[in-house]
Amino acid sequence: MEVSMQANKAKNNSVHQYKFALYLGIAGLVMMFAALSSAYMVRQGAGNWLEFRLPNMFYVSTVVILLSSVSLRYCLTSFKNGKKTAYISSLLITCVLGVAFLFTQYAGWMEMYNSGIDLKGNPAGSFVYVLTFLHAFHVLGGIAVLGVALYHCLTLSFKVSKQRILRLELTSIYWHFVDILWIYLLLFFILQR
Amino acid sequence: MNTEVKNYDTQAEQIIETQGYDDHFHDHHHGDKYQSGFFGKYIFSLDHKIIGRQFLITGMIWAIIGAAMSVIFRLQLGFPEADLEWLKPILGKWIIVDNGIGSLSQEFYYALVTMHGTIIVFFVLTAGLSGTFSNLLIPLQIGARDMASPLMNMLSYWFFFLASMVMLFSLFLSTGPFAGGWVAYPPLSALPQASTGSGAGMTLWLISLVLFVVSTLLGGVNYITTVLNLRTKGMSLWRMPLTIWAFFVTAVIGLLSFPVLVAGFLLLMFDRSLGTSFYLSEIFIGGQALDHVGGSPILYQHLFWFLGHPEVYIIILPAMGIVSEVLSVNSRKPIFGYRAMVYSILAIAFLSFIVWAHHMFMAGVNPFLSSIFTIFTLIIAVPSAVKVFNWITTIYKGNFRFNPASLFAIGFVSMFISGGLTGIFLGNSVLDIQLHDTYFVVAHFHIVMGVAAFFGMFSGIYHWFPKMYGRFMNETLGRIHFWGTIIGAYVVFWPMHYLGLFGVPRRYYSFDQFDTFRDFGDINQFITIGAILTFFVQILFVINFFYSIWNGRKMKSKNPYKANTLEWTTPIETGHGNWPGKIPTVTRWPYDYGKDGEDYIPQVIPLKEGEEEH
Ligand code: HEM
Ligand SMILES: [Cu+2]
Repeated sequence: MEVSMQANKAKNNSVHQYKFALYLGIAGLVMMFAALSSAYMVRQGAGNWLEFRLPNMFYVSTVVILLSSVSLRYCLTSFKNGKKTAYISSLLITCVLGVAFLFTQYAGWMEMYNSGIDLKGNPAGSFVYVLTFLHAFHVLGGIAVLGVALYHCLTLSFKVSKQRILRLELTSIYWHFVDILWIYLLLFFILQR
Repeated sequence: MNTEVKNYDTQAEQIIETQGYDDHFHDHHHGDKYQSGFFGKYIFSLDHKIIGRQFLITGMIWAIIGAAMSVIFRLQLGFPEADLEWLKPILGKWIIVDNGIGSLSQEFYYALVTMHGTIIVFFVLTAGLSGTFSNLLIPLQIGARDMASPLMNMLSYWFFFLASMVMLFSLFLSTGPFAGGWVAYPPLSALPQASTGSGAGMTLWLISLVLFVVSTLLGGVNYITTVLNLRTKGMSLWRMPLTIWAFFVTAVIGLLSFPVLVAGFLLLMFDRSLGTSFYLSEIFIGGQALDHVGGSPILYQHLFWFLGHPEVYIIILPAMGIVSEVLSVNSRKPIFGYRAMVYSILAIAFLSFIVWAHHMFMAGVNPFLSSIFTIFTLIIAVPSAVKVFNWITTIYKGNFRFNPASLFAIGFVSMFISGGLTGIFLGNSVLDIQLHDTYFVVAHFHIVMGVAAFFGMFSGIYHWFPKMYGRFMNETLGRIHFWGTIIGAYVVFWPMHYLGLFGVPRRYYSFDQFDTFRDFGDINQFITIGAILTFFVQILFVINFFYSIWNGRKMKSKNPYKANTLEWTTPIETGHGNWPGKIPTVTRWPYDYGKDGEDYIPQVIPLKEGEEEH
């Protein structure tokens, strides 16, 4: 909340409290995905496991989300350096790429479905669907946060303040997290066939 | 012991004024939006002290409901022939009247057992215990104005409230609430057609618990951040009271284990509504084969118990923290082995993540794997024993003050020993062949977790009641409550060990079909009578609690127990921001009792010249 809620400045943790809280939240999410990954491996170990190729669209979406992270990174540095247009345009690009990611994921699911991998079929396919759904759900949350950032960017007057840097940093930490999470999932699916 | 009793209250006040930390908190008063109006102050409060009380009272309401349920199913177990028609006004169609004799419906018996477990484990002993005391004590004892994010804190309560409402609603479904056991194993939880409660009841159960997890995580993230970021000057980790250590580690365990439960639930939801087969394979229902193939119900058990076992420590650690503090204050001695206490909390937390399969010894897991889990499980006894040893040593030769809080703290230690010992029986996978799913397990976890955690909670309530309401609870009633409860708890749960050793299975509606178990009718009656009496003793507590809020003996001095921790330096009427002026800073640990001939030295009193820190 307000700055005055920070009980004291006798700092005993150099990480800002909101960032720290966000890292903790991310740790929780990591546990959730770790649990599902290990469930996947346990189920795979039990046999009767269908092998199939990942949809090509997933590689496209990988490129899309990677680019979005790059542009968000650029957005943050531009903001800190007071470059207004670069900040606004890169934020817009990030949002567009974020939404595009969901579309490419959707296309990926359709590709899987059309090649006969059904949600209800062999657990090998079900797991891929569930993990990617859950990831997409978190991306959706990320897009909502980006939307708030965009709203601030377009409605508030351009001013590089500590508080606004913090907000943008929080947004980008989360967004980079969902990006890294996707890379992890992709590698996991490729390596755990 | 020759100790000089000195009153440090005024001195502490002056020291905070002169040496405290000035954060200019009260300079820019934000229009007092924290206290504006009834709604802002008591309903959508952002103040950690109010939120703590909200958790407490909601937890208490759930405790009454959960306990009443157990009385009803105990009636069925102790007096299967009795006429329960008088319950018809409350239970309606779940009482089946036949030939003028009312009996509890079988489905509803299972629903009651399930709801009892879910409610007590999650709503009372998780939210009601750690929610209450983490909120109340973390900012007060570390010298912070409030939690790191008061907004998240408020949301944490309201998610819990929502979870409560959904679960409450499920009790009134025409098909009844979920009835497949608090652990919600598939297939009963995965197939809506598996039993009456498996349809809408289970759906609401899942929604409720997911909301509950959100609440726990919002709270937990906040507790951890607050402890790590907002400690006052001088409050190093090694100067934190053990309560704070316990709440902190509890929140960490919750953060790492609850998401795993959600992962398990997610797959369950897919199985339930989208036709996947994560947990289901080759099942016949009503003579009809389902087309689910290839799933494994054991997978759910792994995911559930990966939370489930840490969860039992999420329940017990806050109680342990409270007991450590209360025992030290009331024996006027420093806690014995402070660092050992902290390390054992950490060890328990770590080990709690690698023992989950001891709940699955009989589920067909590989016996070699079982022996590894047996070893880890038995190792948990080591840090547990360290803690017990330290509590006993703390009170040994102390100047012990007997009051309801300290009695319940001792009761906790007693219960924890009794129940911990039976854990060692169960931890051996070979003995578990006989004991699994019998009343021995029921006895074990009720004593070690149920009763012990309740004792820790009672101890905390009696002890910090003045900090919450500015008044004391009635001592005499408190003592009666203690003796009634400890005797009652042993009367109820001790005999269950014998039932379990004879192999009497848990979760059965009735035993009259089995010749083997026919001899135990008397024991079951005895237990039921004990349970009813113990239940009524708890009513005494509830009356005492609410009566004392308005009519209890008033708190006259800030620090009635002559305790060292920071919460007792706040005014009797603790306002928003906790300290009216500056924040206290500390130079010593909270356990300077009986040091250098002084009865107590609060944490705010600076080290004297030449004085060594403990
Ligand atoms: C010395 C430490 C302990 C050991 C070795 C131990 C061991 C075990 C084992 C092996 C079981 C499974 C029995 C079965 O289902 O056949 C069990 C059940 C259980 N234990 Fe413990 N335990 C210990 C302490 C605790 C503590 C401290 C708590 C809670 C605070 C606890 C709570 C439970 C619960 C809730 C269950 C039963 C869950 C269910 O099936 O419904 N235990 N314990
Ligand atoms: Cu366990």
